Amino acid sequence: MNDFLAARSQMAISLGFHIIYSCIGMVMPMFMAVSHYKWIKTGDHVYKNITQAWSKGVAIFFATGAVSGTILSFELGLLWPKFMEHAGPIFGMPFSLEGVAFFVEAIALGFFLYGWNRFNKWFHWFTGVLVGVSGVVSGILVVSANSWMNSPSGFDYINGQYTNIDPIKAMFNSSWFSEALHMTLAAFMATGFAVAGIHALMIARKRNINFHTKAFKIAIVFGAIAAILQPFSGDISAKNAAKKQPAKLAAMESYFHTQPYSPLVVGGIPDTAAKRVKYGIEIPGLLSFLVNDNFKQPVNALDKIPVQNQPPIAVTHIAFEIMIAIGSVMMLIGILYFIALWKKRSWLNKRWFLNLFILSTPFGFIAVEAGWTVTEVGRQPWIIQGVMRTSEAVTPMPGIHYSFYLFTVVYFTLSVAVIFLLSRQIKMVPKLYNH
Amino acid sequence: MLYVVISFLFLAIVLYFLLGGADFGAGIIELFTSEDNKSRTRKTSYQAIGPVWEANHMWLVIAVVIMFVGFPVIYSDMCTYLHIPLLIMLLGITARGTAFAFRNYDAIKGKKTQNFYNRIFVYSSFVTPLFLGIIAGSAISRQIDLHATDFLSAYIYGWFNLFSVSVGLFTVALSGYLAAIYLIGEADDDKDVLRFIRKAKLMNILAVIFGGFVFITADLEKVRLAYFIFGNPVSLVAVITASISLVILWVLINKGKRKIIRVFAAYQVTMILLAVGYMHFPYFIMIKDGQNLSLLTLHAPTKTIDTLGWGLFIGSFIILPSLFYLYYSFQKKDEII
Ligand code: HDD
Ligand code: HEM
Ligand code: HEM
Repeated sequence: MNDFLAARSQMAISLGFHIIYSCIGMVMPMFMAVSHYKWIKTGDHVYKNITQAWSKGVAIFFATGAVSGTILSFELGLLWPKFMEHAGPIFGMPFSLEGVAFFVEAIALGFFLYGWNRFNKWFHWFTGVLVGVSGVVSGILVVSANSWMNSPSGFDYINGQYTNIDPIKAMFNSSWFSEALHMTLAAFMATGFAVAGIHALMIARKRNINFHTKAFKIAIVFGAIAAILQPFSGDISAKNAAKKQPAKLAAMESYFHTQPYSPLVVGGIPDTAAKRVKYGIEIPGLLSFLVNDNFKQPVNALDKIPVQNQPPIAVTHIAFEIMIAIGSVMMLIGILYFIALWKKRSWLNKRWFLNLFILSTPFGFIAVEAGWTVTEVGRQPWIIQGVMRTSEAVTPMPGIHYSFYLFTVVYFTLSVAVIFLLSRQIKMVPKLYNH
Repeated sequence: MLYVVISFLFLAIVLYFLLGGADFGAGIIELFTSEDNKSRTRKTSYQAIGPVWEANHMWLVIAVVIMFVGFPVIYSDMCTYLHIPLLIMLLGITARGTAFAFRNYDAIKGKKTQNFYNRIFVYSSFVTPLFLGIIAGSAISRQIDLHATDFLSAYIYGWFNLFSVSVGLFTVALSGYLAAIYLIGEADDDKDVLRFIRKAKLMNILAVIFGGFVFITADLEKVRLAYFIFGNPVSLVAVITASISLVILWVLINKGKRKIIRVFAAYQVTMILLAVGYMHFPYFIMIKDGQNLSLLTLHAPTKTIDTLGWGLFIGSFIILPSLFYLYYSFQKKDEII
């Protein structure tokens, strides 16, 4: 493995790992706040137990999120020093504000986790809400840094020099809103369905049914609402990509030849040599419609983009398909849940209904990883779209593949450890929270 | 604004040394505690650092962010030439943070698993400040060579030298010392108080010994440390008042004052950092051919520095009071509000 590939892989695995923890870190505090609120309002002890059980999980995730995030903030420099040298002053603003948000989050978490029976109950509740709010804010900020890499702005690039830097303009680059919205919804979907799935499994196994039913409901309401909204936000993202990163859009769709009534290809495996998609279903005009709001106007395809500026097509396309497929399924499940809630109460306890949620436990996170693969791989060969190539940014230090192996082992071990600890938490629910 | 940003950078570094250092120190103290007493030490340090360690850790993140936004060239050179010690430090931080969380939040407190977490916790508590110190030492050691052509001189000798390692050991001893002083005030019974006082003495002696090493190796490696410290009045005053406060601290301990001594310990460490920081200012990293990396010339464009400065300034109005309130609330043992 050469150093460049190793650096890219190490970055990918670090972020792929961190994103899971940060999604949970942003969303779980919201769930906890709801159940905490219900406890304070109704005095029903089950809600207190749910809050406390969840907060143990959050503490584990938070610690892993914090350390993996710290690794990342160094990794940007360890792996991409030339990128940071130029980009740091431009896209650094969200990172510094993110630092403030993390701080608030860490302080609030200290109050929340260790504050049971110490503080006024509303103050204690509020610190929990603050953990969630600052988590979402930091997620939005860091995504705005990433969206700057996709649609750089706030500086002039003249003869290899970065001048007229305006960090605020860079922060509010033209992709930040679509990415931030999509990411936040994704975090709610992924965490909501994962948590709901675990509780559904427990209900199916007839363990502490009352506890798990209440927990399930809180998680799935968030998850389902986000799932129903997500495709709309995805459409905004795609339109934006078409404008800012036509190469990415064309790779996502595996769309090789520019033509009017541009077709949308569903499924299939791109054959880059023959420049066509095998086994896919073409729907003429749909891509034109999605991008331009009319069926005729052609969308630019890969043939308009020089080969050396094209991203890896197969990876981008397949990752995109996975995301869309999962997104559609999750939206349907979300709608089904509301039908059950409002019209068909009896479904809620049916085995098939629970199985649906058990099955979809990992879906959201798979879609999150796939979506980021689209964003990041689809931006290649650029690290800053149109300005700096990834290969120009990489560290001169040789031997990066060793650190890649090392980090792979570390992240793998941590994941196993976290799963192990969570399963022990769940196993202990009947003992710890049965009063 | 540049000076505001630099002040925040130093503030973040000093606070990370003091607060984060004390957290690591708790693990170091545990490492040097006999088997019988380990669980008591653990309990005290858990009460003390449980609620605050995430927040303490944030100072490092703030320092890094200031570096890459405000001083990107220095950050990227540091990340390139000190890649390896930074990597080890990161692994240490990861191992320590997760082991600490795992041992407290494992729902089943099995003996074997707990032992395993404890072991990771104490060893990584030792390794992390060691490498933090090595990195700090390398920054002033003049061993980093930006024109090196072979792997060893570019990526190894810059930090793997006697001086940097001595600074690393010195940092370990200081962390342990800070933690012991802190824990004296947290212990619930007299026996523990005496135990922590003994630990503080031990760490104090170690710090003096390793401090001596730092000066000797500085001489060997031709780092003009003594000249710098004793050659300018600010550093000299810092070092002298730090030494005086050490004497006061021991007098106070013997009088049974258990909380106020923290102020003196923090003062000493701050003064050491100030002395070193001041004598090198405006240089952040001193490199081999004397073309040192200066905070005053290698900063980001003015507009970025201004925004960063305002961001930090406003942010600190949110952070500092709430942080203070966090420490305050968990100092008082009973219910407040
Ligand atoms: C639960 C996760 C999830 C689900 C179900 C979806 N997405 Fe997504 N998608 C993400 C999670 C995600 C993500 C991981 O959050 C990304 C990566 C970067 C970003 O902002 O969001 C993303 C990126 C992303 C991009 C690339 C944006 C860019 O790089 O500029 C597009 C075009 C879409 N999505 C479109 C969609 C559509 C049309 C969906 C319809 C169902 C969809 N996504 C479902
Ligand atoms: C957490 C979700 C993210 C995931 C899963 C992710 C995934 C990836 C992947 C797969 C790559 C490798 C692409 C390739 O080389 O083909 C990559 C590269 C990279 N990502 Fe991300 N990314 C995420 C978010 C971010 C964010 C928020 C930033 C910065 C603000 C970022 C910065 C980078 C950088 C600097 C590289 C290396 C250069 C490059 O390949 O363009 N990523 N990431
Ligand atoms: C899409 C990508 C990302 C998202 C959505 C995200 C979001 C978050 C969130 C919500 C947290 C809070 C921790 C938790 O609750 O578990 C967190 C932690 C952290 N993240 Fe990320 N992050 C992303 C990528 C990055 C990148 C690229 C960096 C570094 C440059 C980074 C640096 C950090 C740091 C330092 C922490 C620890 C802060 C703490 O202790 O709270 N993150 N991230």
